[in-house]
Amino acid sequence: MLSMQARTVASITLRATMGRRRALVFAIPPVILIGVSALLKIGSAERADWPSLILGSFGLAVVLPLTALIIGTSVLGAEIDDGSVVHLLATPVPRSTVVLTKFAVGTGLTMIFAAVPEFLAGLIATGGVTRLAIGLFIGALVGSVIYNAVFVMISVLTTRAIAVGLLYLLVWESLLSNVVSGVRVLSVSQYSLGIANSVARDGNLNAHLGLATAAVMGAVVTVAALVLAIRRLSAFSLKGDAV
Amino acid sequence: MSSIELRSVSRWYGNVVAINDITMTMGPGVTGLLGPNGAGKSTLLHLISGFLEPSRGELTVGGAASWRNPDIYRTLGLVPERPAVYPFLTGQEFVRATARLHKLPDPDRAAERSIAIVEMAAAQDRKIATYSKGMRQRIKVAAALVHDPEVLLLDEPFNGMDPRQRLHMMDLLEALGDEGRTIVFSSHILEEVERLSGTIQVIVAGRLAASGDFRAIRRLMTSRPHVFQVRTSDDRRLGAALIGRPAVSGVEMNARGLQVKASDYGAFSREIAGLTREHGIQLRELLPEDESLESVFAYLVES
Repeated sequence: MLSMQARTVASITLRATMGRRRALVFAIPPVILIGVSALLKIGSAERADWPSLILGSFGLAVVLPLTALIIGTSVLGAEIDDGSVVHLLATPVPRSTVVLTKFAVGTGLTMIFAAVPEFLAGLIATGGVTRLAIGLFIGALVGSVIYNAVFVMISVLTTRAIAVGLLYLLVWESLLSNVVSGVRVLSVSQYSLGIANSVARDGNLNAHLGLATAAVMGAVVTVAALVLAIRRLSAFSLKGDAV
Repeated sequence: MSSIELRSVSRWYGNVVAINDITMTMGPGVTGLLGPNGAGKSTLLHLISGFLEPSRGELTVGGAASWRNPDIYRTLGLVPERPAVYPFLTGQEFVRATARLHKLPDPDRAAERSIAIVEMAAAQDRKIATYSKGMRQRIKVAAALVHDPEVLLLDEPFNGMDPRQRLHMMDLLEALGDEGRTIVFSSHILEEVERLSGTIQVIVAGRLAASGDFRAIRRLMTSRPHVFQVRTSDDRRLGAALIGRPAVSGVEMNARGLQVKASDYGAFSREIAGLTREHGIQLRELLPEDESLESVFAYLVES
């Protein structure tokens, strides 16, 4: 049972996040993913392995992190940016409740806007409830959790959360984790793929981590990011006079 | 009752000192933190409200340190300067949500009471996005008062308010102070607090430059020398008439008309209209020349 404080924080967060125009932005990548899958299915693409390429390289590696970036940085970051977070923090609500509730709302929304569309695209692409569709769905659900922890943490650490988050996705997740093998063990994208592949067992997913490593590392990153976010929010400072 | 205690509190950012070794106690009643922009008033309020860590010194509210101590907000209410309030909520939803965040036993009742105090009941069902600046300020006060705090901190509460809203806010602060609460507000405009009684702490360049009660400071304000630029239908004749007045210490003709040094602001303001009428001179322009806040505060500090 959620506390009165958590329910209040969740309700304000949900209204703030969905009420802004950027809520429309959330819907664009999943619509493209489902649309492309449907077109390829109808058009009978030449390569038989296209579902795992589209759903893995685009769905799990692009749509999921981008959606998580937009949502994860806005659930708390938007309030920090415009200063309204002071109204929330000038109350005795434990800072852990603030961070964990915001994280839960962000994760839930990312699941709706990225993991569910990934599943729908999987159903369309593979023509039913296949191992690939289920595996990718589970991978996307887990990815929603880890990415949101990371992006909520970034939004507490910096006021340029979207820029920093985008840089992290482009440089760390897309570039380095594909080029430097050691980085893969610290890549959220690889955790999602590793978990997805443990069910799908599809070589085209390009997963480099096994289930155990992906699950343990994913849990460690999630917990570490949330602990850091709570610690930083507990020391939240307001800028003073122009000095 | 909760009082605010600062003992040798300093706060610096790198090499820049924002607050320099301030020691003061603020108890029940209304206290105004006054000083020019950038003097350190907001920094001081952020330190008191637990939104900034002192670089040195000790700061307590009701005996407890406020930094990294969310429990302090059970007895403290804060009205921040930034106008940001959740625009998508109605005034009532905002105050109720704050009551729930405080885990009050009857949030709806507490919100109703608090909204009534700031006289916002008529507009409580409207979205905050549609509120004027003064209304936003009042709904923020309602939210800060919802848990009936002993200490209320307000950062520039009169900013953006029209004269009527300002009077209402002053009455409200005075009433809250009379109830035995510790009310601390910041302001950079001395005139806007002229109706309040209580204590003034003047902050200049991060230091506590002067303190005293409102009335004493107000007396200094009205009797301080002023320079006015006057333009009339006959500057020379008015100059001759003014120079004989005790409230005027000097008159000078310049390209823009007449520059008058008034040794007594109050007396000069009262006399000028009658004098021009008496001599059949048309008064076209009367502008105060030395109203820069720095000069006013410098004068107060010297006094």
